[in-house]
Amino acid sequence: MAAEHKTKLSKNLLRMKFMQRGLDSETKKQLEEEEKKIISEEHWYLDLPELKEKESFIIEEQSFLLCEDLLYGRMSFRGFNPEVEKLMLQMNAKNKEEVVEDETVELDVSDEEMARRYETLVGTIGKKFAKKRDRANYEEDENGDIKPVKAKKMFLKPQD
Amino acid sequence: MAEAAGVAAEFFASNRARAARAVLDQVVLPGEELLLPEQEDGEGPGGAGERPLRLNAGARSRVRVVCGPGLRRCGDRLLVTKCGRLRHREPGGGGGGVYWVDSQQKRYVPVKGDHVIGIVTAKSGDIFKVDVGGSEPASLSYLAFEGATKRNRPNVQVGDLIYGQFVVANKDMEPEMVCIDSCGRANGMGVIGQDGLLFKVTLGLIRKLLAPDCEILQEVGKLYPLEIVFGMNGRIWVKAKTIQQTLILANILEACEHMTADQRKQIFSRLAES
Repeated sequence: MAAEHKTKLSKNLLRMKFMQRGLDSETKKQLEEEEKKIISEEHWYLDLPELKEKESFIIEEQSFLLCEDLLYGRMSFRGFNPEVEKLMLQMNAKNKEEVVEDETVELDVSDEEMARRYETLVGTIGKKFAKKRDRANYEEDENGDIKPVKAKKMFLKPQD
Repeated sequence: MAEAAGVAAEFFASNRARAARAVLDQVVLPGEELLLPEQEDGEGPGGAGERPLRLNAGARSRVRVVCGPGLRRCGDRLLVTKCGRLRHREPGGGGGGVYWVDSQQKRYVPVKGDHVIGIVTAKSGDIFKVDVGGSEPASLSYLAFEGATKRNRPNVQVGDLIYGQFVVANKDMEPEMVCIDSCGRANGMGVIGQDGLLFKVTLGLIRKLLAPDCEILQEVGKLYPLEIVFGMNGRIWVKAKTIQQTLILANILEACEHMTADQRKQIFSRLAES
């Protein structure tokens, strides 16, 4: 199924929570920026001269995360909790900034598989809504795929 | 560098600030002022050539230095607020290093970004009150869990253990925590499962155990299958297959703070035999 035209989903739909979960942080930021642009013009602002802040080059942080490289807090050993062990690998690899290749979860289905499924899908769903007479047209292939085989019998106008 | 006693006498005699680099890994006391490396040149005659190239004698190169826990900014200097050893770390990317004081304490003060273990004490309307060991209970909204919506509430009861991180934690406001990260994923946070044992240790021990090259954890991991959760508020939750193993683990972790490496190895070898 060569997708030439992507069905454009409305902005309201894209803003719904279940659509946001799959997005990267980049697309999220873009959406947020667009919303901000709309709002910012209506905002009131003070027309004062800018006060310069005293520039200081010491930053105060109360957190130990910056100081020491600490490992992730949840740990599991010898397979007690497999999910936590997977998490351990992920989080500790993030700290060391290694490339984690398992990150890309394959949500997309390949084109061939899509075409195959769609083929059978049309058959099975079509069978559901077909009338009794038409159900005979749906034959089962060797693989168990259902394909509509015969052409529909149309009314033939009698010739004089 | 003069002897410790001599330095202390000097210090009390004239409240002169010391160079931070000279005091690394030594004990510092609250009230001391520390000079950053760039300021040494201006103060003492013939400084150790920190910045050999100086285009303008008056201007100082602006390298951002981070002062961590136990230190405060006081003008252009660092003021020590806790007693302990001064540590320093060079950063990977640009900017100056991080200075902090390695101190020991049991009482936790909520800090933004810390992952902690909390106990749910109350459920009021839309938020849970979670006791994290600080001065007030933190608030946790029921929407701050992965996949939680108004209709789909998380299954959290009073008395449950929660592993979460702080989003708001300062001295002026009530601390707030959440169980999701900025992308909306749980990443291991949320309700901690059934059974297991929660106990309290000092904050310094948690940091020691979570250091990247901690031998204690590696040895403990070889004993038997187990699960541990460390909270930066001094709480540790452990779980093993039997109650006895869980108790042994808890005792080891509590005791290893005061044991030397040899004593530890003895205990581990004795455990491995039995």
